[in-house]
Amino acid sequence: MLFGGTERKNFFDGKRVCYCYAMRGNLAKAFELTNTQVFRRAAVSKSYTDLLGRKLFLALLTVQGLGAFALITLAVILKKFGVARSVIQPRVRQEISRSGVALLPMFIFVALALGFVVVGQTVSALARVGQTAYLGSTMVIVIVRELGPLLTAMLVLARVGTANVIELGTARALGEVEALEALGIDPVHYLIVPRVIGMALGIFSLTIYLIIGALASGYLFAFLQDVPLTPGDYYKQIAEALTWLDFALLALKTMAFGFFIASVTCYHGLAQPLRLEDVSRVAVRAVTQGVIVCVLIDAVFIVLYLVT
Amino acid sequence: MSETTFTTAVIEMRDASITALHDTSTVVVAGVNWTVQPGEFWVVAGQQRSGKTGLLLHAAGLMTPAQGSCRVFGCETANFGEAQIAERLRVGFVFAYGKLFNQLNVAENVALPLRYQNNLTADESARAVELILELFELTPYAGITPANLAANWRQRAALARALVLKPELLLLDNPLSGLGARHRQWLLKFLEQLSAGHEFFGGRPMTLVATTDDLHAWRHPKRKFAVLDAQVFSVLGTWDELEAARHPAVTELLAEPLETTI
Repeated sequence: MLFGGTERKNFFDGKRVCYCYAMRGNLAKAFELTNTQVFRRAAVSKSYTDLLGRKLFLALLTVQGLGAFALITLAVILKKFGVARSVIQPRVRQEISRSGVALLPMFIFVALALGFVVVGQTVSALARVGQTAYLGSTMVIVIVRELGPLLTAMLVLARVGTANVIELGTARALGEVEALEALGIDPVHYLIVPRVIGMALGIFSLTIYLIIGALASGYLFAFLQDVPLTPGDYYKQIAEALTWLDFALLALKTMAFGFFIASVTCYHGLAQPLRLEDVSRVAVRAVTQGVIVCVLIDAVFIVLYLVT
Repeated sequence: MSETTFTTAVIEMRDASITALHDTSTVVVAGVNWTVQPGEFWVVAGQQRSGKTGLLLHAAGLMTPAQGSCRVFGCETANFGEAQIAERLRVGFVFAYGKLFNQLNVAENVALPLRYQNNLTADESARAVELILELFELTPYAGITPANLAANWRQRAALARALVLKPELLLLDNPLSGLGARHRQWLLKFLEQLSAGHEFFGGRPMTLVATTDDLHAWRHPKRKFAVLDAQVFSVLGTWDELEAARHPAVTELLAEPLETTI
């Protein structure tokens, strides 16, 4: 016992933190504490208190695991910026295309529909009280601050997030993560970082397109309904309702959506030891938690809006 | 045991406890004492679930022993980190059934370690990949994804991927399982060439460790043998010593397949 366990360094010891978590001792060991699969596979309990306790414990473990995973991802993004650029850059482009550019046709349709729905409802409601002048500011509050980012996040979660979990879950179950480690490739750097960056930028850009599309189609609908509003007035209303804070918070919020959706889906796909038969169940769980995370982020930003 | 033995040995395990990959709390083999010298060709035999994969993963430094020490190229694997990447890349690992990346085709699979470690674009690495694919007769399959590839060729692609960085130590996890007769012969011949020093990889004798559950195919006077049985790792020595030892597990692993089973 010359070089026993005592010499082994702590996980949080200085600069080795993310390497330890991601590569050394493999992911299974690094996330041993937050391995919820063990609890999920246990026999169903007979008492309600026991069941409630288990659910609560599972929820806490998930929060802990997710938090750790998000922090590790962030650390790897910062630490390995520029490492193996020729491999990572094309991967990032690929992910931006997958969770941004490829979704554009769907978003044009959604933007048209959103503009019609919101303006259709508001015009009829505002016309009853004779306040159609508020159309622009209503659009800003509803579309720019709330519906635009949230709807984008949900759609990207549904279309790209699920694919993420299934792809990574399958890779994990088939042992590709160990294969990456054996080749000296950091799985977090190669598999997660491009997805996180791609999704953050994808959701940000798609939200902008969705907002512009919805505002334009909204005016079109108002015009068709013979609302006495010139394009100039509409534009002025919108410009007046927008503050610099809207732009800053919009960028922050959409980036946060992207970062966390990617983290949640990647965490479920990759961070836990999986068996092939777990993949579909994990995908369902990841989508549910993705929705919850989005709503929570949204709630935080509502508070921010109200405070400022 | 002096410091010099540590630095010359390729793999040095002292009282190492080997744990299972997916359950690090279970010790599958206890108290492993094993020294692999440069240029040796080791064959570790054992039945299924005897801990062969775990032993190789520990020898590659991908897992750390629960107890005891494991040194690879004189470097304690428990301390393997980002700074030891050069040591880690001296070890090549061929997983059972290849474990190729399903999202990438064969050429991309082989190119990935080369591109990631040397920061090369696809074009810059194209020539090197072409050469290695040619060596492994994989050129016609370059654009095919692993899921559409026969197991024989998948294993060969995995070998190409493990060797593309020209490691000094190659670990193969049950490389013969599921291979057809022609591919078995090719692989055994190729490994022999690697062991003697293949000109493609600089002509330097490579240290090899392969696991197996079928000892017959590996019979060779120069190879060294060890057996894993009932949580115990026993070094047997050369083929003659293996036959002389009459280890019960070896007798089972050498059993003639057709008459004795069923």
